[in-house]
Amino acid sequence: MPKITYVSADGDLHVVDVPIGTSVMRGAVGTGIDGIVAECGGNAMCATCHVYVPAEHAASLPEMTAVEDEMLECTVAERRATSRLSCQLRITEGLDGLVVRLPEAQE
Amino acid sequence: MTGVVVAGAGQAAAQLAISLRQRGYSGPITLIGDEEHLPYERPPLSKEYLAGDLAEESLQLRPATFWLDRGVDVRTGVAVTAIDRARRSVELSDGRCLSYRHLVLATGAEPRRLDFPGATLAGVHMLRTRNDARAIRAVLRTPCDVVVSGAGFVGLEAAAVACRLGNRVTVVERLERAMGRVVTRFTADHVVDQHRRHGTDFRFGDAVVSAVPDPQGRLAAVRTASGAELRCRLLLVGAGVSPRTALAEAAGLPVDDGILVDERLRTADPAISAIGDCARFPSPFADGWRVRLESVQNAVDQARYVADGIVGAGGVYAAVPWFWTVQHGLRLQIAGLVQGHDMAVTRGSVADGAFSVFCFAGGRLVGVESVDRPADHMVARGLLAGEHDVTPEIAADPAVDLKAYRPRPSHTGDRASQNSAPRHAV
Repeated sequence: MPKITYVSADGDLHVVDVPIGTSVMRGAVGTGIDGIVAECGGNAMCATCHVYVPAEHAASLPEMTAVEDEMLECTVAERRATSRLSCQLRITEGLDGLVVRLPEAQE
Repeated sequence: MTGVVVAGAGQAAAQLAISLRQRGYSGPITLIGDEEHLPYERPPLSKEYLAGDLAEESLQLRPATFWLDRGVDVRTGVAVTAIDRARRSVELSDGRCLSYRHLVLATGAEPRRLDFPGATLAGVHMLRTRNDARAIRAVLRTPCDVVVSGAGFVGLEAAAVACRLGNRVTVVERLERAMGRVVTRFTADHVVDQHRRHGTDFRFGDAVVSAVPDPQGRLAAVRTASGAELRCRLLLVGAGVSPRTALAEAAGLPVDDGILVDERLRTADPAISAIGDCARFPSPFADGWRVRLESVQNAVDQARYVADGIVGAGGVYAAVPWFWTVQHGLRLQIAGLVQGHDMAVTRGSVADGAFSVFCFAGGRLVGVESVDRPADHMVARGLLAGEHDVTPEIAADPAVDLKAYRPRPSHTGDRASQNSAPRHAV
C-alpha cells in the first residue's frame, strides 16, 4: 500500500498506508488526523481538506480540475502554488512516498 | 461511569463522537445504530455508490479501528426502544439498559411509504440505506425501463445514475416542477433540462397510483393518475422522508414533524438533545421559525455544536445551512434557505450552464444557488454568516468581486451576533 506522510501545521508527522483507489483525504480522516475535515465526504464541495504538496511531489499528482481550482480560491488558510484539495488526490502506486503539509486551519 | 449515549449511528451520531473526543471529552460514548453497518455516508447512495463507482470502505465515515482506538462503542444492529427520563437510562432492542449523563437523539428519518396497490411488489424500491442502494444497483445493472416517482434530490440523483447506466428513465412528479421544497423554479428547470438532454422523460403534475405485476408477481408497469401505463421493471419511490420521532414521543418529548428543540438543540428535557434529520430547531435563517433540515451540513454542524455544549461551551446554534447535489455532472450548491425569497438575480452565464441565483427577501440576501460556480457558493456562505452590503444590484454586477464584501463582525443581541456564534477549530 502506498505510504503517505502527513505533516501537521505544528510539524507532527503521521505516516499512513493508504489503499489504492481511495484518496489522500481518506487516508487522513481514516486515521483521525485532525488537520483535515472533509465535511462533504470527498466531493470538492467544502474546501476543508486543503493540503500543501511540496513542489518535488507535484509531478506525481493528478491534474487539477476547474472545480478544484475554483474551490481552492475559498480555503480558509492561504492558497499557495502548492495547494490542492486532498479529496481530489486519488491514491495510485505512483503516490507512494508522497508528503503533504496541512494548513493551520480548514474552516 | 455514565456518559454520552447517542440513539443513532449515522452522520450526526458519528460526528458527535468525533467532536467530543477532539474536544477532550474522555467519558464513555456509545452509539446505537439499528443498521448492521458502522457509520457511513448517505449522499453517495444515490450517486457514485449506486453507480458502483465507490469502494465499500470509502462509504464508511471511519474505519472500525478509528472507533476502537478512541474508545467509542458503536453498537450496530441494535435500536433504542425506550427512554426512561427519570432514571436517565435507555432500553435497547437486545434487552440491555444503558444509563446516560447526556442522551442525544440522532435517529434520522425514513422514507415516506406510499400506500398504493402493488406498493409491495418485487421491483418497487425506496432509497435510504446502504442495503436499499445495493438492491437497486443490482436491478440497474441489466438496463431496463425505470420509473422514478418524485423529483426530489434523491429521486433525481438516482434517475441520473440509472440513465447513465443505460436504463430508460421516466420521472413522475405530483407538482409542476422539480425539487419543489428547496430550489428556485429557475434552477430546478435548468436541472430538469439537463436530465432531458440525456433522454429522461418527465411527467409533471402526475402521480403513480398503482403498480401492476407480471404473471410471476413482479413489477411490470405502473399506472398514473392521468391514466398512463408506464412499463417498468423498477419503480423507485422518492416521496421524501419522515423524521423518526416515535422514541421521543413515547418518552413524552414534544414532536411536530421532528423532535422539537430550542436554539441550543435541547429537547424539553435538558439532558436530551436532538440533532440532524430528526430535529426541528429555530433557525435564524428562517426568521427564528423552527425548521428541519436534511443535509450533511446540518448533521455535522449540529453534532459539533452539541459536542461543544457537552464540554461546556456556550452560544446558540446558528450555522449557515448549505446543501449540494450532483446530477449528470451538474453540480448544484445551495447556501442559506431560499424558500422565503421575493426576488432573485442571476450572476454568471445561464447559457454556459455556470451561474448563481442570489435570492433576497425584503432586500436581504437569504440564499444562493450555484450551478457549477463553486466560488460563488463559498462566498455566499461567508456573506450569510454575518451582516454585509450586498444588494441585488451588486450581486448581479459581473464587474464586482463579491469576495471584497466580507461580512462585518457581529454586535450584541441581534441576528448577526447569533449567526456568528462562537465556533471551535476542529
